[in-house]
Amino acid sequence: MRIAGVDLPRNERMEVSLTRIFGIGRTISRRILQETGINMNKKTRDLTDEEGVKLRTAIDRDCKVEGDLRREITMNIKRLQDIGSYRGLRHRNKLPVRGQRTSTNARTRKGAKKAIGGMRKKGR
Amino acid sequence: MPRSLKKGPYVYPKLMKKILTMNEKNERNIIKTWSRRSTIVPEFIGHTFAVHNGRKFIPVYVTENMVGHKLGEFSPTRTFRSHSGDRKEAGKR
Repeated sequence: MRIAGVDLPRNERMEVSLTRIFGIGRTISRRILQETGINMNKKTRDLTDEEGVKLRTAIDRDCKVEGDLRREITMNIKRLQDIGSYRGLRHRNKLPVRGQRTSTNARTRKGAKKAIGGMRKKGR
Repeated sequence: MPRSLKKGPYVYPKLMKKILTMNEKNERNIIKTWSRRSTIVPEFIGHTFAVHNGRKFIPVYVTENMVGHKLGEFSPTRTFRSHSGDRKEAGKR
């Protein structure tokens, strides 16, 4: 079963299995299933072809998923960088954007710890 | 939490007045301002502001994409001189 270019796991309930698609979480997954009238406890392997078609049209119509969504996100970041805003600069320097502290923590953005000079004195 | 829509975007009133008179006369002068908290509204497009960053005035040319941001976002207040160990980065600048 493929929707929006993603394989859905066969053994999951529909509610969970739709969340494999980038851009669909539990909330949107539930909303889609409700709109299309598909039981959200149904396993993916038990889905009929018509239900698959229904799901695809519903997702195409209502949600931005996968590549489109990723592109939108990078475009938004790019916009911030191009206009030279503070948030754009933070993205460029790979530092936290929303005012978090950077003296400690911020490891997600900064990456793994790097040793800081001071121990090695000679030759540098 | 964003500002209430009822109030509309905040722009320092004196700054707004200056812009409006300049728009009427079709002038384009650089405006010095300390009002970093003013929202950029469509009337600002094409003007250049000199926005104070606590030390000096940073020239900001306003384009369409900037509408909705604040003037201060374009005038960084901190200078980062690289860490003592970062030899690579120090070379870049």
